Amino acid sequence: MKLCIPLEDIESGVRREVGGKAFALARMADEGFSVPRAMSVTSAAYRQYVELTGLGERIGLELNRKDFHDMRWEEVWDASLRIRNLFLNTPIPRAIEDVLRHEVGEAFADVPVVVRSSAPGEDSAKTSFAGLHESYVNVWGTDAIVEHIRKVWASLWSDGALLYRQELGLDYETSSMAVLIQEIAVGDRSGVAFSRNPNDPEQSVIEAVYGLNQGLVDGTLEPDRWTLNRNTATIISHRAGSRDQRMVPSSEGVRLEALEAGDIQGPLLSDEEVSGVFGLAMRAEHFFGRPQDVEWTYRERRLYVLQSRPITTLSGGSEEDKRPWYLSLKRSLGNLEALRKKIEENLIPAMIREAEDLALSDLKGLADEDLALEIVRRKKIYDDWYGVYYRDFIPFAHGFRLFGQVYNDTMEPSDPHEFIDLLSDTGMVSVERNRRLGELAVMIRENSGLRRALEQGNLDFEGTFKKKVEAFMQDFRDLSWESSRVFNEEAAFIRFLLEMASRPAETGGKKSRDAARLRKEFLRRFQDVKRTEMEAFLDLARTSYRLRDDDNIYLGRIEGRMLVSVHEGQKRIFARSGKSAENLSVEDVIKGLKDSHFVPQDPETARAEKKEKDFKPRQLVGQPAGPGLARGAARVIREATDLMSFKAGEILVCDAIDPNMTFVVPLSAGIVERRGGMLIHGAIIAREYGLPCVTGVPEAVELIHTGDKVTVDGYLGIVIIG
Amino acid sequence: MKTSDELRTVLSDLFKNQKLAVLATHNHGQPYTSLVAFGASEDLRYLAFATTRSTRKFNNLSGDPRVSMLVDSRSNRVSDIRKAVAATATGRAEEVESEEREELLRVYLSKHPHMEAFARSPSCALLRVEVETYYVVRQFQKVFELHMKP
Repeated sequence: MKLCIPLEDIESGVRREVGGKAFALARMADEGFSVPRAMSVTSAAYRQYVELTGLGERIGLELNRKDFHDMRWEEVWDASLRIRNLFLNTPIPRAIEDVLRHEVGEAFADVPVVVRSSAPGEDSAKTSFAGLHESYVNVWGTDAIVEHIRKVWASLWSDGALLYRQELGLDYETSSMAVLIQEIAVGDRSGVAFSRNPNDPEQSVIEAVYGLNQGLVDGTLEPDRWTLNRNTATIISHRAGSRDQRMVPSSEGVRLEALEAGDIQGPLLSDEEVSGVFGLAMRAEHFFGRPQDVEWTYRERRLYVLQSRPITTLSGGSEEDKRPWYLSLKRSLGNLEALRKKIEENLIPAMIREAEDLALSDLKGLADEDLALEIVRRKKIYDDWYGVYYRDFIPFAHGFRLFGQVYNDTMEPSDPHEFIDLLSDTGMVSVERNRRLGELAVMIRENSGLRRALEQGNLDFEGTFKKKVEAFMQDFRDLSWESSRVFNEEAAFIRFLLEMASRPAETGGKKSRDAARLRKEFLRRFQDVKRTEMEAFLDLARTSYRLRDDDNIYLGRIEGRMLVSVHEGQKRIFARSGKSAENLSVEDVIKGLKDSHFVPQDPETARAEKKEKDFKPRQLVGQPAGPGLARGAARVIREATDLMSFKAGEILVCDAIDPNMTFVVPLSAGIVERRGGMLIHGAIIAREYGLPCVTGVPEAVELIHTGDKVTVDGYLGIVIIG
Repeated sequence: MKTSDELRTVLSDLFKNQKLAVLATHNHGQPYTSLVAFGASEDLRYLAFATTRSTRKFNNLSGDPRVSMLVDSRSNRVSDIRKAVAATATGRAEEVESEEREELLRVYLSKHPHMEAFARSPSCALLRVEVETYYVVRQFQKVFELHMKP
């Protein structure tokens, strides 16, 4: 099989080798459509590359670490990031590279091109998955084109593609990727056309922007939009877009520039031109025998087809299918900037005010009935904020992932998560809380009189220590975890401080130096405008990273105020009925307050720790999330009181680390977490403290018991028990 | 089969084609076998495998470095009994460090390039088995020995 085939030589037998996109364009060119000059790098090139370099097997190892069904989206993203980095760090073998360089050099030595994915499964009649794989616009010169071929290959394993792996038939042993190199058609106006409106079979839809299509496709620019009657070809409606900018080629890639006044006012497309695009879409539909989604551009009044694919919708699945939501998280930079403003200027201050307001009202003076209403009110407030968290905070967290990809593309580091070091040291609220805990521990460590008094259970201490403890409790008492307030009981808190004081003082500050160095090296790769852009992007990423932790803390405070009211209700029910009400759900507490005859049921006997005698886990596999090796006794965290029992040098084993519980991290020797991912709090905080950490161990909390001797291998992502 | 060179060729071919070996260690006399990805030096004097230091096999080797390894060409068919070649090696295992490690790692990774991240992990040990004797079984019952240490 040839590694490269010019568009005009693509014949019907090679559809699988050149992929759906290149194949469709070749057929349209044959039919007389205006199509930019192009060449296919066939899937044979991809296959040879992964076979000769052993990359195929490494992808297999990466994807088979754990059952795909057990993987969270964050883990899928991580796996994809690691695979992408394997591609970036694996040069193309000489034999293949020579052919590519020769063919690319002959065809596109001095012209800018678009390097597009053209996966064999993509764009076929059954499966059309727009946007799962990558395209690069305005790539110049043989070196850059060959480098971008590798990046498009890597996008075969994008997180989106992995989520749709079943529909795509993605399999590391058989899947491959063809690449389409297309001379760039720098049109003055560009857009997409749906020959049939997915929402109304009687209509067609055309969207258009000034400049390159990229601005529309990635969601940066709001397009003009026309709907047409499919049968009469008449325009039904036209809605102008925001029309303030256009995407143009820049020295490297693309950039946005302001529109001129005339373009903002005048018609973007004349009626005649709208008809031209409509005619093109209908001809494409006719030709392929099914409705098409066509990307087009007008260059000096001539209409070009950039690509055409059958219309299918990604969702198609049930409401349970949250994958389209996940894909929608990929916001453009402009979108993220707007979200940042909203979060920093409105949402966070509002959350802080909300928690403060809630702290003001006096619960003790309320009648039972009114307390029930107050609990309902607080529950509603908390639920609303939880909704905001899902709607605005999670998408904003995507900002630092986006940065991670840009960083890796630029620096090609051997550690795909190096960018996290660049984002850390941003003054998270949780770090501030840990610092203050450390301060209290130092006071105990340095004052043996105080320590002895505390050890003897004398809590009636005096002076600065008392003031500091009170101030700490004031600020952090409301923190909740697993529906319990963590620092609820003073005696347990003091025991915990004694434990902290029993270990040597920590030395910190190594990360911030790294961050400064990495930042400098990263920014040095860019010049002029691009550099300013990257500085802004880095700043956005750091904010996104910091807020990822902080938003949980603020949300935790609101939840804490809600729980205070619930505890008050539980206390009253206990006082009245004499039956333990600690485990009553919010709903039951409300019921109990409204109905004076309500009696809590006896709690189910606590789940006995089941330890099978003939079966013993020996080695569990997760993801390496913090390098290092640690051995110690496990402390499995199931409830808030487990946190207070934490002993220095233990291995923290938990379902999911929450910023509200990370204060035990400085005490621990290593971390094992059920929830997976490199960007979850456990992994982030482990990295911050330089602790060995393994995340994404599905059975961690069931199979590991407090007291088990465990070894955490944070290099390889394994946990050895016994 | 008449010469040691022929036997060496059989072994070289076998090692080239096979990826995995069975490694035998023991814990106070209790035999313990493991499946490992292995490599062999060109002169057949050494076999190599990698393991993390928290494993049972590594622990066993700390008590007694003597090992046996089995490499074979079976394919889970009845005809294996006639067709398969099985080579049993006996010798001593030792963890190698620094320059020696790099040299051995090259041999090992040329056979298992996808194991690079594993083998280079600081928690992973690279072990070299200095072979004393090979016992090679072919065609069911033809057995030859190759003594690497006269």
